[in-house]
Amino acid sequence: MTSTSSRPVAETVQPERAAATARRLSLLNVAFELRAFIALAVLIVVFSVLSDSFLTVPNLITMTKHVAINAVIALGMLLVILKGGIDLSVGSIVGLSGVVAGELLGGLNLGFADLIAYPPVWVVIVLCMGVGALVGLVNGILVTRFKVAPFIATLGMLYVARGLALLISNGATYPNLAGDPELGNTGFGLLGSGRPLGLPTSIWIMIALAAVVALLLTKSPFGRWLYATGGNERAAELSGVPIRRVKTVVYVISGACAAIAGLIIASELTSAAPQAGETYELNAIAAVVIGGAALSGGRGTVRGTLVGAFVIGFLADGLVILGVSTFWQILIKGAVIILAVMLDQGQQRLKRRGAAASAVAATRQPDRPHQQ
Amino acid sequence: MTATNAVLAAREVTKVYGGTQALKGVDFDVAAGRVTALFGENGAGKSTLMKILAGIEQPTTGHVELDGRPARLASSRDAADQGISIIHQELSLCPNLSIQDNLFLAREVRRPYGAVDRRAEREATIAVLRTLEEELDPDTPVADLRLGQQQIVEIARALLQEARVLIMDEPTSALTAPEVEVLFKVIRDLTARGVAVVYISHHLDEALEIADDVVVLRDGRLVATAKAGDVDLRWIVAQMVGRDQDALFPDREALAGDEVLALRDLVVADPANPDRLAVNGVNLTLRAGEIVGVYGLMGSGRTELLEALAGRIPPASGEIRLGGEPLSGTGIRERIERGVVLVPEDRQRDGLVQTMTVGENLSLAGLYKFVRRLFVSQERERGAVERVIADVTVKTAGAKAPIGSLSGGNQQKVVIGKALLTDPRVLLLDEPSRGVDVGAKADIFQLMAAQARRGLAVLFTTSEAEEALHIPDRLLVLARGVVVGEYRRGEINREELMSVSDGAAIGGAAR
Repeated sequence: MTSTSSRPVAETVQPERAAATARRLSLLNVAFELRAFIALAVLIVVFSVLSDSFLTVPNLITMTKHVAINAVIALGMLLVILKGGIDLSVGSIVGLSGVVAGELLGGLNLGFADLIAYPPVWVVIVLCMGVGALVGLVNGILVTRFKVAPFIATLGMLYVARGLALLISNGATYPNLAGDPELGNTGFGLLGSGRPLGLPTSIWIMIALAAVVALLLTKSPFGRWLYATGGNERAAELSGVPIRRVKTVVYVISGACAAIAGLIIASELTSAAPQAGETYELNAIAAVVIGGAALSGGRGTVRGTLVGAFVIGFLADGLVILGVSTFWQILIKGAVIILAVMLDQGQQRLKRRGAAASAVAATRQPDRPHQQ
Repeated sequence: MTATNAVLAAREVTKVYGGTQALKGVDFDVAAGRVTALFGENGAGKSTLMKILAGIEQPTTGHVELDGRPARLASSRDAADQGISIIHQELSLCPNLSIQDNLFLAREVRRPYGAVDRRAEREATIAVLRTLEEELDPDTPVADLRLGQQQIVEIARALLQEARVLIMDEPTSALTAPEVEVLFKVIRDLTARGVAVVYISHHLDEALEIADDVVVLRDGRLVATAKAGDVDLRWIVAQMVGRDQDALFPDREALAGDEVLALRDLVVADPANPDRLAVNGVNLTLRAGEIVGVYGLMGSGRTELLEALAGRIPPASGEIRLGGEPLSGTGIRERIERGVVLVPEDRQRDGLVQTMTVGENLSLAGLYKFVRRLFVSQERERGAVERVIADVTVKTAGAKAPIGSLSGGNQQKVVIGKALLTDPRVLLLDEPSRGVDVGAKADIFQLMAAQARRGLAVLFTTSEAEEALHIPDRLLVLARGVVVGEYRRGEINREELMSVSDGAAIGGAAR
């Protein structure tokens, strides 16, 4: 075997250069990692410059109240997406949960003995969350036992849950959820209008839920199982992870979270419409994705999802404050989502290149093989 | 072998996958009208080099030359257009399409107005199948063919392209002896017409028989080239394994203790094809401190045997006892807790979670040990992970490093470490040396020996004859799901092993 004397296209990467490349790439990586934060900071700066009323405490609180509803749904969605699934039914669960609350606060006709029960507010809240969890359980069973693709299973339940909400309410809005002191079921409105320690209840709920989910993901074995199942289901199963249970539980939690969001909305309005929450599933998915989670599963954080929800919420409200037309708002939101995913792809490519560069840097210059 | 008649050549080709360097500056020539046989152990870089020559992968550094000029092979399609075809080790057919549609996929014969000329395709299909002496209906869906016939379709597809360079990566792994004869006849016809053939096979004697030139890769480097007539199998094996052969296979005394695991008449259906029995009546006892090897080729049932033991696939019949207690009806999780754990064959697909860190991967199977109340005790977990990283000698920047930053051998050590972290009584390893370099291979065998000394029962599978002959205290030869031979170390040599295993495999396939 003789070697050729000149090699015009040989692009040889030297180990030293590879090391430098690896360092440069890891710096870029940090910027990518923080992209959602950077996006949020840019939004806040731009809107503050363009509008005097944007960066005021009352406006920030109002906007965060809007964010909270999406964030609560998105935290549940994050778990499903970490598993590598998707939950399209959450918007309908929002509507169903409100309708069930309306029905219960209006009195539960027990049928026998002419009795109408008026359950106290805490029972109503628990039952509504139970309804959401139940829809989630159906999603989970469809996905795990009947092997229906998550997209299809939850798309089906999107219609089923919405249909149930319309059937129960007969298409009408429950106009007054204030309750009656004589029946002992007042206080539902506090969920929406209460301000413990100066912040609306919904913001506290978002904070508490975020803390619980973060704890679940980072400290509990369940969290580890979830990341493993989403990252590589086969490897997780062979390591003894109860993958079916993990997969079912995330839909149950997602359904319950959506039900909480439905309760907050009904409480803020002290009325419940069966149409509430339409397309909310898309906002929640957008928040999770902008927050850096991979739709293929295994990658994503609570922090990222919260930032994603803030980006979407502040963007929408900021555009309203600036008087940008609704049509433009919709278009801009779409562009932001696509941009976020493109950046995510870029980051993944960067990571792979970084790993390759470090590997080349780590190996010595290949010694020449001896030939015969 | 000179550069003048080299149709296709690799020049200083390097390939890096994640943290693994698969090729380290390889120069490789393919001569027109000759068969170049490429030898090397699993993970030596053979398939990677072929993928680069066929345009499927791009070299990290270095380049490919066609007819002595630098060439860019941007894709397998691009390479095919320049006259380079490849027959894949993993079949790349669409099972839902017919033989004919597979043969002409993305190369459909068109009529002038654009429609597919099915009649011309059909004639060509029948002609090429006749060359290969296969009587098959071109309309048969590929899913209905047995594995060997699918491989022939794969070969037919490459023949139809009338390539100048034909790369065959394990073309015969599922063929019967008569089918191999036909293939060799076809190869000789091709070389007589000036086609360059690159041939890779697990069956070293078979590859040497058809070869004109011999090239050996080891650990991503080209270590030797020779004329086929000048060398013998012994020389090739020595080049493949390298000088470290003695270090590779640690000396050990068999210390068989109490019986730990016992199988009686184990029958396992093939999960991919429930009509077929992957394991057909295997009896086996495994004692504490013993290393037992299962030698078997692809499709011999070795993977199904271990997966049934690990609880991944339920056996169709038979009995598995652990320390006298039956294991039937228990899942993977319960078996891990009772001390049976599997290191799977394909670490990327079944062993590792790529999105997690080294430490998280290591603790995944044994996580239940660190749970205090609701949460994982970080302190206990970290301690155990650090200990196992030291035990299995994983080279890593730390427990928090991403798993993808490790080399193939170190990734494999992580999968083994994950299993050891569960404190098993029985360690099952499916092809533990697949795709790792010689150094890591030696470490892995040392590790198995060390665990056996601690009283673990170790059961591993291999398709490398050298490993089968040197590592286990006891060796079972598995073919078609049946144990066709059982030997103590030193009772059998390489040739006998080959003939026992091949004879049984062909005998079954020719039924």
